[in-house]
Amino acid sequence: MTATTAPPTTAVLSLQGVSKRFGAVQALKDIDFDVSAGEVVALVGDNGAGKSTLVKTIAGVYTPDEGTMTFDGRQTSVSTPAEAQKLGIATVFQDLALCDNLDVVANLYLGRELYRGRALDEVRMEQESWRLLRQLSAKIPSVRIPVASLSGGQRQTVAIARSLLGEPKVVMLDEPTAALGVAQTAEVLNLVERLRENGHGVILISHNMSDVMAVADRVSVLRLGRNNGTFNVNETNSQEIIAAITGATTNAVSERAARRVQKEEQ
Amino acid sequence: MSTATPTPNLPPDTTAALPADLQDERLIASQGVGGWLRVFTSRLKSGDLGSLPVVVGLIIIWGVFQALNDSFLSSRNLVNLTLQSAAVGTIAIGIVLVLLLGEIDLSVGSVSGLAAAILAVGMVNQGWPSAVAIIAALVAGVIIGLAYGALFTRFGVPSFVITLAGLLGILGLQLYVLGKEGTINIPFESGIVKFAQQTFLPTAASYVVVLLAVALYVVTRLRNNSQRSAAGLSSTPVMMIGLRALLLAVVLLVPTYVLNRDRGVSVMFLLFVALVVVMDFAIRRTRWGRSVMAVGGNVEAARRAGINVKGIYLSVFALCSTFAALGGLLAAGRLAAANQSSGGGDTNLNAIAAAVIGGTSLFGGRGSAYSALLGIIVIQSISSGLSLLNLDSSIRYMVTGAVLLLAVTVDSLSRRSRAAHGRA
Repeated sequence: MTATTAPPTTAVLSLQGVSKRFGAVQALKDIDFDVSAGEVVALVGDNGAGKSTLVKTIAGVYTPDEGTMTFDGRQTSVSTPAEAQKLGIATVFQDLALCDNLDVVANLYLGRELYRGRALDEVRMEQESWRLLRQLSAKIPSVRIPVASLSGGQRQTVAIARSLLGEPKVVMLDEPTAALGVAQTAEVLNLVERLRENGHGVILISHNMSDVMAVADRVSVLRLGRNNGTFNVNETNSQEIIAAITGATTNAVSERAARRVQKEEQ
Repeated sequence: MSTATPTPNLPPDTTAALPADLQDERLIASQGVGGWLRVFTSRLKSGDLGSLPVVVGLIIIWGVFQALNDSFLSSRNLVNLTLQSAAVGTIAIGIVLVLLLGEIDLSVGSVSGLAAAILAVGMVNQGWPSAVAIIAALVAGVIIGLAYGALFTRFGVPSFVITLAGLLGILGLQLYVLGKEGTINIPFESGIVKFAQQTFLPTAASYVVVLLAVALYVVTRLRNNSQRSAAGLSSTPVMMIGLRALLLAVVLLVPTYVLNRDRGVSVMFLLFVALVVVMDFAIRRTRWGRSVMAVGGNVEAARRAGINVKGIYLSVFALCSTFAALGGLLAAGRLAAANQSSGGGDTNLNAIAAAVIGGTSLFGGRGSAYSALLGIIVIQSISSGLSLLNLDSSIRYMVTGAVLLLAVTVDSLSRRSRAAHGRA
């Protein structure tokens, strides 16, 4: 049996046949991917499987060579991160992309600062920052210290909080728990669930199977730049997913996926 | 009681009464004047020096020169100091901007020379009205900066190399514009020469300017305070604001008084200071300035935040060259001439050294427009003090070089200390 998830009725973001090459390297080939509102889709795959490339393509950092992207029912193309942001796709990159020399408030509002008259409205930005951070029950002592002085978990929190400021429809989290301790990982997973409850579509990129199984609704596997199966978390287990990630051919799902890829190539 | 924990468990209602930004129990209480002093010293210890090294350095330099020659701090010499500072200081504002991006412009001297040449040739040889000549020179600056920015963003050539090429190329252009004559004198009765040499604020007006500045400071701080407390955030004690306003008033009034005993406050110097204040506002309180700091701190993060990074580079290079051109115009006005050595010699390096000595980091993302003002005063003080002592330029170059080296070393050391104290 293939994964029998009912096709999402309201795919807020959907990619069809997306390909991306870097010189002689085919980083992505014919990728199909979608996420609905209020759904957590985990994107998994080995190193070099193309996860980061796919994330950056959705985020507008890279433009795909082929393929279409549908957002909110309309076919669109994003060529800059700003366009993706405006569309409602927020991304928390693995390297967090924070400016170490700026304080928390400046980082949260970077690129969408609030104005009061002709000057930045520092007061309202600081007030809103506190509101947002409290809402995520974040533990940050002061929002007026440079981000460089925060711990790894605090920096992750700032990055996630920033992604929520633009009221996005889709939030992409690239390895959000990679550098975190046990308690902080649990907090980030709570955060992911809160995003789902609020009706965001969440794309979670992770190497950590227990995190994936804990919060994801569906798991989409990439292998060597191609789709290698989509699994409904309730109907699968870690072994099956790991087999798809590593390309072990001893299970039916990966065999079917491989056959399908072959057929498409012909 | 013997096992009393250091962190008291506050009942929730006590916490709620605190401003939103002071609720975290790990924060070291910093209320009142004493608290502010504690925060200040801990910042210094962790290497967040701000402009303190320059101020201390300036006091030492002035003390030494005054001890060696008692006419150093005379009104007459200080008025000359302000006149000498304005032109190169204006150029240094542009350097501060490119340094904030972590880039450099080595051609500001040549651009200022070209602007002087365009002004002189336009006014004297072509008979243009002075406004037209000034605008032509500034437009040349804008075009040069945009060209640098385009080369930098389009081809990714390091700004060091682009502007090194510009240093030579634009010097050639300056000589070409000047033609065979080599030196063109600008008539003494022309507006720009009068402005640069003889226009001083009337005594009463200078005090009005100082009082307005202090009043503006107090009003903005108080308004900020009321906005912050309305938003449930902590605010600066009124006492603190009063103390700072008093300090500001003293810092402004004493020099004004001293300058007024001679010719007074030069309008050209006032223009320079006004430009510093405006650029400081632009850097700290506008989206553009925030973007500049972000690009200087982490280009990739800025790009992903949706900032138009190319636009920021273009605007900063264009502004830098425009400030260089403006500085060249002021220098030409003060000299009442443009010649082949306009903008040559040490103009370039003085402008860059001023920005760095003033405390703007060479590594990008850290600094302030005020470093142009502080830095140029340090450099001109050294230059003026040494010439009062009848020491020739060989010594002046060596001393300025040593001060620059010292400033960069302080920058690097405090950077290391900041990293160690989590303030990078």
